[in-house]
This record gives sequence, C-alpha cells and structure tokens, in this order.
Amino acid sequence: MSSRFTNILIPVIAVFLGVLAGTIIMLVSGYNPIAGYSALWNGAFGDIYYIGEVVRQFTPYILAGLAVAFAFRTGLFNIGVEGQLIVGWLAAVWVGVSFEELPKIIHLPLAVLAAAAAGALWGFIPGFLKAKFRVHEVIVTIMLNYVALHVTNSIIRNVITDGKERTPNVAESASLRSPFFESITDYSRLHWGILIALACAIIMWFLLEKTTRGFELRAVGYNQHASHYAGMNVNTNIILSMVISGAFAGLAGAMEALGTFGFASIKGGFTGVGFDGIAVALLGGNTAIGVVLAALLFGGLKIGALNMPLESGVPNELVDIIIALIIFFVASSYIIRWFIERISKKGVK
Amino acid sequence: MEYVIEMLNIRKEFPGIVANDNITLQLEKGEIHALLGENGAGKSTLMNVLFGLYQPEQGEIKVKGKPVKITDPNIANDLGIGMVHQHFMLVDTFTVTENIILGKETTKSGVIDIKTAEKDVREISERYGLKVDPSAKISDISVGMQQRVEILKTLYRGAEILIFDEPTAVLTPQEIKELIQIMKTLIKEGKSIILITHKLKEIMEVCDRVTVIRKGKGIGTVSVSETNPNELASLMVGREVVFSTEKTEASPKQEVLQISGLKVKDSRGVEAVRGLDLDVRAGEIVGIAGVDGNGQSELIEAITGLRKTSAGTVKLNGKEIQNLSPRKITNSGLAHIPQDRHKHGLVLDFPIGENMVLQTYNERPFSKNGILNFKNIYNKARTLIKEFDVRTPSEYTLARSLSGGNQQKAIIAREVDRDPDILIAAQPTRGLDVGAIEFIHKRLIEQRDNGKGVLLISFELDEIMNVSDRIAVIYEGEIVAVVDPKQTTEQQLGLLMAGSGRKEAEEKANV
Ligand SMILES: Nc1ncnc2c1ncn2[C@@H]1O[C@H](COP(=O)(O)OP(=O)(O)OP(=O)(O)O)[C@@H](O)[C@H]1O
Ligand SMILES: [Mg+2]
Repeated sequence: MSSRFTNILIPVIAVFLGVLAGTIIMLVSGYNPIAGYSALWNGAFGDIYYIGEVVRQFTPYILAGLAVAFAFRTGLFNIGVEGQLIVGWLAAVWVGVSFEELPKIIHLPLAVLAAAAAGALWGFIPGFLKAKFRVHEVIVTIMLNYVALHVTNSIIRNVITDGKERTPNVAESASLRSPFFESITDYSRLHWGILIALACAIIMWFLLEKTTRGFELRAVGYNQHASHYAGMNVNTNIILSMVISGAFAGLAGAMEALGTFGFASIKGGFTGVGFDGIAVALLGGNTAIGVVLAALLFGGLKIGALNMPLESGVPNELVDIIIALIIFFVASSYIIRWFIERISKKGVK
Repeated sequence: MEYVIEMLNIRKEFPGIVANDNITLQLEKGEIHALLGENGAGKSTLMNVLFGLYQPEQGEIKVKGKPVKITDPNIANDLGIGMVHQHFMLVDTFTVTENIILGKETTKSGVIDIKTAEKDVREISERYGLKVDPSAKISDISVGMQQRVEILKTLYRGAEILIFDEPTAVLTPQEIKELIQIMKTLIKEGKSIILITHKLKEIMEVCDRVTVIRKGKGIGTVSVSETNPNELASLMVGREVVFSTEKTEASPKQEVLQISGLKVKDSRGVEAVRGLDLDVRAGEIVGIAGVDGNGQSELIEAITGLRKTSAGTVKLNGKEIQNLSPRKITNSGLAHIPQDRHKHGLVLDFPIGENMVLQTYNERPFSKNGILNFKNIYNKARTLIKEFDVRTPSEYTLARSLSGGNQQKAIIAREVDRDPDILIAAQPTRGLDVGAIEFIHKRLIEQRDNGKGVLLISFELDEIMNVSDRIAVIYEGEIVAVVDPKQTTEQQLGLLMAGSGRKEAEEKANV
C-alpha cells in the first residue's frame, strides 16, 4: 500500500474511531447517539446561517493550524501559537482604532500586517533564543503565552482605554466584515478573512514545497548536521521558521480582531484557538491541504456542538471529548498503521 | 549436519523492488557463515527478516528444524537469535551496563540491581574475551567498544545465533583483528554466526561457508576452502573483477591546499590537531594514514568549515579559508565526502534525487529567482544515478530506503560531479562492494588526472597504498612523515602510524 494513501487513511480512521467512541459514550450516559449526531450535523450544516458560522470558525483554525504545521515541518514545536494569536489580535485592533480618516485600501492591510508582524515578533523571541542559546522552544513559547495574555490585557486596560474592559470597535476602514457574506448567510458573522486564510494555505504550500528557502527550512528540520555541511545557515533558518509561524498565528488573531469581533477585550484565559491549532496540524499531517480539511472539521464540530444541548439534550462538552478522542487516535496513528499493514497483507494472500 | 537456522525460499518486496527473491540460507551449528553480495543485493533485508523486523511475503524459516514465525525482534530473541546492526542502537547517555540490560533488567524488590548486573556483564565479557568497562558511558567510548557492547547485549539475552551486519566497515584494522578473535571464541563456545562483509579477505580468513546473492536472487552456497577471492567476486558481480587499480605516474602542479601550523580542539576542548602542516598539489592524491583518534576527524572538519580552528591557516588556491562558513568554502572549490554518511552526508527523509543537489539547489539550473526547478533537479539526479550505478527503485525514493552502500555511492556521485579543485574524501569506500570500490578508485584517479587535488583519509592501508601518490602519516595531531607509497611497505607504514619511527620518518621524508 502506498504510504501516501496510508497517510490519508490514518486521519480518516482516527476521525471515525473518535465518532465511534463518542457514540459509545452517549449510549453509556443514556443519550440517543443518532439524535446527538444529527443535532451536531444540523448545527453545523443544517442551515445557511450555521454554514456561515462554521466557515467563520474555520478561518482562524486554518491559520493557527498552518502556524503549528509550518514550524513542525521545519523541526520546531511551536506551542506559542496561542500567545502569538493574542498579540496579533491586539495589534490589529490597536491599528484599527488608532486611525479614523485612512482609506480602507491602506487601513485594512495595515491592520492585518500589524497582526502578522506582532505574531512574527512573538515567534522571533523563541526562535532567536533557540538559535543563539539552544533554549528549547517549547519552554519559551509556553511562557510567552502567559506573557502575551497579561501584557495585552494590561495594554487594553491602561493604554488603549482608560481602565475599560474592552476597546472601542475598529474603524470601518479596518474591518474585515462583509455585508455581502452576511447577507447570503442569513446574517452570520462570516467575513472576508476566509480568503486570507485560504491564501495563506497556498502560500505555505508554495513556500515549503517549491522554493529554495523551503528546501532549506525542511532540510534543517530533518537534519541540522547535514544542512550545515551543505552550507545552509541553520540558525537563520530556525529563526525564520519561528517568525513565519508566528506571522500565521498573528493573522489568526487578526481574523478575530477585524472580522468576528471587531474589538479586543480583557481575557480571563486563553482563547483556545491556538492550542486547537496543534490538533488541527496533527490531524492534517502538517500539510497545507490537510490543515485546511482538518480545520473545517474542527470548525464544524465546534459550531455544531452548540446545537447539541438544544436539540438533543446532549451536553456540548461531549463534543470536546470527541475532539480529544480524535486527537488521541491520530496521535496513536502507529496503532492504526499497524492494523492497516496487517489487513493489507492479508489482502495480498 | 544439523542446521540451526534454515531460511527457505524467502521473498521480500518493497514498493518498486523485490529485495529478496527466493533466497535460501542454511546455517550449520558452530560455523561462521558469510553472506556476500553487491550493494543493494538484499543482505540487510534478509537478516532483518530473520530478526523479525520485516515479514517475508513468501518462504519459511526453521530454527533447529522447527518451522517458526518471527513477527518481531522479541520472538527472535526468545529463539536465541541476536543481531548487531550496521548502525548501532545504543542509548548514548547510558552506561555500558545499562545499555546491555535494557529491557531485561535484573531487579531487587522492584529496583534495578546494577551491582549484580555489572557482575553479570563482567562475567560474560571475560568469558568471551570482550573487554569493556561496564560503568563507562556510551558517548565516551570508541566505535569498536560500542560494537562490543552490542555483541554483549545479544549474549546477555542468551543468543546462540549471532548476526553481524557489516561489523568491520566501521572498525580500524586493529579492532578488526580483535573482532575476528572474538568471533573465533564465540564459535568455540558453541555459537553460530552469520557475517555480512564486503571484504573478501575476511571471508577467506574466518568463514566456513559463504552464501552469495546477486540483485536479490540467491546464487548459491560454497565452502570457503574450495574457493578463492576471485571466484567469489565474479559470483557476486556476475563478471570478472580486476582488483588492482591501474594508474599512471602523477604529474603534480601548483599547490591547491596549503595547511600550516593548524591547531584544532576536539569537542571536549582538548587539542586534537597540534600545529599540522600539509600541502596537496593539483594533479595528485595525498593519502592520510593514521590510527583512529589521532586528529583525522578534527582535521577534516576544520578544512571543510564544520569546526573552528584555534590557530594556523588553511589556504585553498592561495586564499585563506579557515573559519569560513561551509558554503563559502564549498564555493571556493572544495567538495567533501564526509565520514559519517547519515550524520552529514544525507537528509535521509528527502528523496535521493533532492539529496543530489544538497549544496547546489540554489544555483541554476536547479532554481531560478528562489523557485526550485524540479524537472532539472531530477534530470540531474537521473544522470548521476546512472553514471555512478546507484541502485535505487527510483530517484524519488527516500534516501533512508537505499542500502548503505548505495547511499554512499549517491554522496560520492554528488561530490565528484561538482568537479572541485580539491576533493576531501573521508573513508569514501566504507561499506562498498568490491566492484563499487574499483569504480570509485578509478574516479578519484580520474579526478587527479584532470589536474585536481584529492585528499584521501582512510583506515584501509590497502586503499591508501594503492590510490595515493604521497602518503602523509598523522600521529597525535601532527604529520610525522610523508612517504612515497612505492618505496614503503605496510609494515613501515604501520610503525610510523604507531609513532615509533619519528626519526626514521624524518630521514625518509628527506629522500
Ligand atoms: N525500508 C525499505 N523501503 C524500501 N526499500 C528498501 C528498504 N530497505 C531496503 N530497500 C531496498 O531493498 C534493496 C536491498 O537493500 P539492502 O539494504 O538489503 O541491501 P544490502 O545488500 O544490505 O546492501 P549494502 O551492502 O549496500 O548494505 C535495495 O534496493 C534497497 O533500496
Ligand atoms: Mg546492508
């Protein structure tokens, strides 16, 4: 069996097993799984409004997933997507509220780029520390998540506003909101950001697979010694990888800032989107197309879950459990791989 | 005679290739049985089948006459089969004893009983003449020692049948002598051994019988006493092989590589190269002979930019290159066949085709304006694969899936093809079959005849003697003698390498 086919089969089987386990859990806890899953389906795709919401949720998931996947493909584990997203969010809002008279053609790109730059800076720090002092990026990125959370809260309260809980809304000229998308989706919060996210998926694919820079990044990810031998600058590539990864994460923040919400508020805790990005990347096999598909699944599950308690009485925490189980099965892909090999061997005989 | 192992009509396929096609191997009790074949013939694959790492598509395995299914290495262990792999599998940060007992720990009320374990290890090591320090860390001991640990590991698990996959490729001549002694002791203690090696001399010296495979097919089994190296070589390759490398007199010209007063520290900060002087001229091959650990590795790494120097100069075509980046050094006309093909030579998870442009991916025609041109990359790869006879299912196959010898050939192809002014070749023929070695030697000489310089580092005295135009002997980080191979015997060279003949060496150098 070709390895490419196996690579596609594994996440599909993992999703299936996750759903199966969810069924069992629903049965054991006395809920009707058919009602539960049809409520989930209806809540995600049963209505044009829900579809709009799924696509909206899909957008930051793509970017967060790309951020994790990009770093991973170059041998780095970016746990800091959450923090990079938060600083990106703040940067976008800050630019969005700071100017009033700018034309949209300048203001919106400026706000989006500010988010990417802020995320990139937040990724640069662990990249630099890793390259210069061999400090492990997992530790630094985890700590920077907390730094991001509290620093942005403080800026919102003390710098952008006068002790308020949230910033004013961003200027219309910096908003990603799309009256057109809203009108065709029965006034969901779907916004133009989806186009940015999909473009980023293409950019990541192109950069990694088609350019000399991508060749270097992947080579460094697999074997630093051989890359050094071949004349590549290992440290530059490590830093660059974290910067690009952080920029993707920052853009995910811009989606929330300029599209979904239009403001930033004091956060009591993490958004979770950055951490879900790890799962999205894992499920998507760290490829651009895989991330897009996995993000769609996660978006659907997240939005559909909201409907489960209403329509079938199943608590939506159950969806979190199913998501967790899917991740578990993907992570134990070794077991699935083993089964596939056994079965395909029987088939030969 | 009773067979302890019988592998009957084994077939094993990989995507795009039949690695083992109907191979039969029967191992008698108490014999050393050689497994011989070209690079990529399927030797490692066959042994991995026996050790339970791969499942055969067809065929039967019998242990002491009983049919068995070996579906994983634990079953192989239980059946008394142990394997010493081509690339070792040790935990660097553990001690010798910890590595040996790993997975089979002796415990005392749930706690690992290191005292008893060390005693056991010492006992086995004395019994088989495998001297090791049970409490030394793996990262601190030599490759030869690490191999002993691998052997002890199998013995500790009660192995009766030992598989050695190219054990001598990584050893120095002295270590090889010791290993041969160890194998003889093992046989006396009633063990049976399957030995993979490309060195026909070793087969003639220690083996009883030899099974030959060619391109995945079993050719047959012969008694060593009834054969000779020439016959073995032609059985294996399918044609006559000439052993001696023909070459004309060198006509060296200007110096391309000039090293003077070079000092380099090793990873622990100890000075490994201590004021070394050496010149290589265009149109000559200079061989460096020396016992392992006399600064060879550090010297190569310093020349190629992988390690910082602490004093002295390295000049390439008259320009100083010490402490420049590897890219700058490469671009000034140097190519490097590295000693460790897995660490430096290849990105194992890249297709072999992309490994062929590991340094030149950013140059035309392989890329333009930062965009890779895969068509040109793979065209280049196809040409090199053909020219250097790299046996691979396709140019898209991951480097990891190639046999050890074919990985080596791919690296050599890449480096020689860049047509450098100076080629640093460190153990270039390590793990290659006789046919491939002959081919590589020819290419090195061709390089020389085209007016390029070659610096050859090898532990094989044969290779150094046959290929070099001048031999520089390295001892304790210095070149202690430069001799003419035609006027030097192996014994003399051996003495010089041992550092005992500094005086004579100086006299000879003045001849
Ligand atoms: N895991 C694998 N996946 C795909 N192909 C493989 C794999 N392992 C080996 N092969 C292929 O099977 C063939 C036999 O390889 P094998 O390693 O057994 O050769 P070998 O006789 O040990 O050669 P060498 O002397 O170079 O070590 C080669 O063509 C190799 O490319
Ligand atoms: Mg092999």
